[in-house]
Amino acid sequence: MRSVSGSILSALPDQRGHFGPYGGKFVPETLMPALAELEAAYTDAQGDAAFQRELGALLADYAGRPTALYYASRLSERMGGAQIYLKREDLAHTGAHKINNALGQGLLAARMGKRRIIAETGAGQHGVATATVCAKLGLDCVVDMGEEDIRRQSLNVFRMKLLGAEVRPVTSGSRTLKDAINEAIRDWVTNVGDTHYLIGSVVGPHPYPLIVRDFQSVIGREAREQMLRMIGRLPDYVVACVGGGSNSIGIFYPFLEDQSVHLVGVEAGGRGVATGAHAATLVAGTPGVLHGASMYLLQDEHGQVRETHSISAGLDYPGVGPEHSYLKDIGRAEYVAVDDEQAMAGFRLLCETEGIIPALESAHAVYQGAQMAAALPKDKLVVINVSGRGDKDMGTVAEVLGVTL
Amino acid sequence: MRPVGEAFRKGRKALVAYLTVGYPDPEATLALVPALAEAGCDLVELGIPFSDPLADGTTIQRASYEALLRGITPRRCLEIAAEVSPRAGVPLLFMGYYNPIMHYGPAAFCADAAAAGIGGLIVPDLPPEEGEALQTAAAARGISLVYLLSPTSPPERIATVAGQASGFIYLVSLTGVTGARAELSEGLEDFVARVRAVASQPLCVGFGVSTPAQAARVAAVADGVIVGSRLLQVIEEAATQGRDPVGVAAAFIRGLREAMDSVPVPE
Repeated sequence: MRSVSGSILSALPDQRGHFGPYGGKFVPETLMPALAELEAAYTDAQGDAAFQRELGALLADYAGRPTALYYASRLSERMGGAQIYLKREDLAHTGAHKINNALGQGLLAARMGKRRIIAETGAGQHGVATATVCAKLGLDCVVDMGEEDIRRQSLNVFRMKLLGAEVRPVTSGSRTLKDAINEAIRDWVTNVGDTHYLIGSVVGPHPYPLIVRDFQSVIGREAREQMLRMIGRLPDYVVACVGGGSNSIGIFYPFLEDQSVHLVGVEAGGRGVATGAHAATLVAGTPGVLHGASMYLLQDEHGQVRETHSISAGLDYPGVGPEHSYLKDIGRAEYVAVDDEQAMAGFRLLCETEGIIPALESAHAVYQGAQMAAALPKDKLVVINVSGRGDKDMGTVAEVLGVTL
Repeated sequence: MRPVGEAFRKGRKALVAYLTVGYPDPEATLALVPALAEAGCDLVELGIPFSDPLADGTTIQRASYEALLRGITPRRCLEIAAEVSPRAGVPLLFMGYYNPIMHYGPAAFCADAAAAGIGGLIVPDLPPEEGEALQTAAAARGISLVYLLSPTSPPERIATVAGQASGFIYLVSLTGVTGARAELSEGLEDFVARVRAVASQPLCVGFGVSTPAQAARVAAVADGVIVGSRLLQVIEEAATQGRDPVGVAAAFIRGLREAMDSVPVPE
């Protein structure tokens, strides 16, 4: 597919890390050399067969890839329309797609001689994946996590600690993912000599959106190949949830040039987009600059970043990856919002029809994919990315259902 | 509008003070600016509060947060600057993160800033690579866009910044965020010398400078000394003790000025 600028869409970002008007490096000067170093190390690793072999082996033998592409027969039957397939990232080691990127960046950090890792986490899935990889590779690990998220995701906090990570509560701002990223960047500025910032989504300054997308695009490469092998053709729709946007870009990217495949990103509608209490950045935001990149942003009329709300900590973020911002503008992907109640409905639907407990983040995509399938003919194929499993969300779900555990 | 260059005079090292606009309240900002100039500042940076100040330590984070709670917007900062600039007696700069400026519109912002008497801009999350739009807009209004360098900056970046910065170059004394420090970095003198070899602009050092002794050490090698977090702490302490923050802040600035003036300056 040709993009508006005439270049191949999948060849983006450009040399300066831009996806159209988005991306770039909006960071304090202290970090500019570190970004250049990271870019050089990544380029070098990409061309190094030994690095690729090591990562491939870890993804296979340690993370359990490829993850299954599974035909959800009962869910498809229940919806009565298109055939629904689930990409089972919930089956990956640590319970979500986050391990794909954490392994890649962990190896990259070790290659750069950085023995200390700093990471942010929202739902805790990226924090757990990072703590896991640090334990595996023998690296020191510090995870910044908003105080509010620590409350919501106490199980993942405990897991990170068991894995040897230090979990630092962040008490500034809204005490969620956005503020955890601020703290992680402050730590990185301070300890840039020996520390790698292992960012967990396709956000942040260049080259992060590129690196994280590349490490996550294993999801889409597998799904594309599995679909061709199982059915002999590409899906009609690929549906994934979007917070920062790493699982969605991971599954979208290998389909970018397949024009027949509709890409649908599902954002967190929270209490409803009209209420203002949501995290639907692409649906309701405007272009801005946060955390080192130009992208869509939820902000007030003075350019202050707004506080967000979602039932799922992993989607509770006011920005979104620059590549998604660009895909929205050129119309290559469509972005919709699913609210808290609908996500809960998607959550229960998958539990009851398929015996799969999805993460609340993924439940947003399940709801949207199922609704779309219901409205489509039976010969259409919908792939939903189940980006993680829901064990971590038992407390939140019980609270919503009024159950005391 | 007073151009930033006015702050740099032969035989005198420039003292640059940072204030978060509207902290502890807008009246304090209006009173502090002329008082600090009177006490020996040559340039005042007015900080535009932002919700996500990722280059700042806890002192400026807190001041920004409180100013935002008081309803300090970029527009309000422009009004306060317009009110205080005629009686400031020294050039004024804005220091602010890029998003609010981008949201306002770089051209509109620079036009309004110039009209409010602002001579320069410091945008800590805008390196020269991304600064083209703002640089063009600032130049059109005679506003200096000050770029930063850090101890981690390699020679090629020093050359890039030296080729583009106007007004002065802001040397970040350490790898870290803003905030008062007990000790300045050991490599400070080397860092200043490395930049001096390439850049013709005045060089001001900030981040961590807190005491008269530190100010004197910086003044011995650089053209200017920037003090921010420690000044805000002094103001905060005075306010919580029920003392007049303006008088206490002016006394603090006089202390720094005297220490800097005790350093022999080559003619």
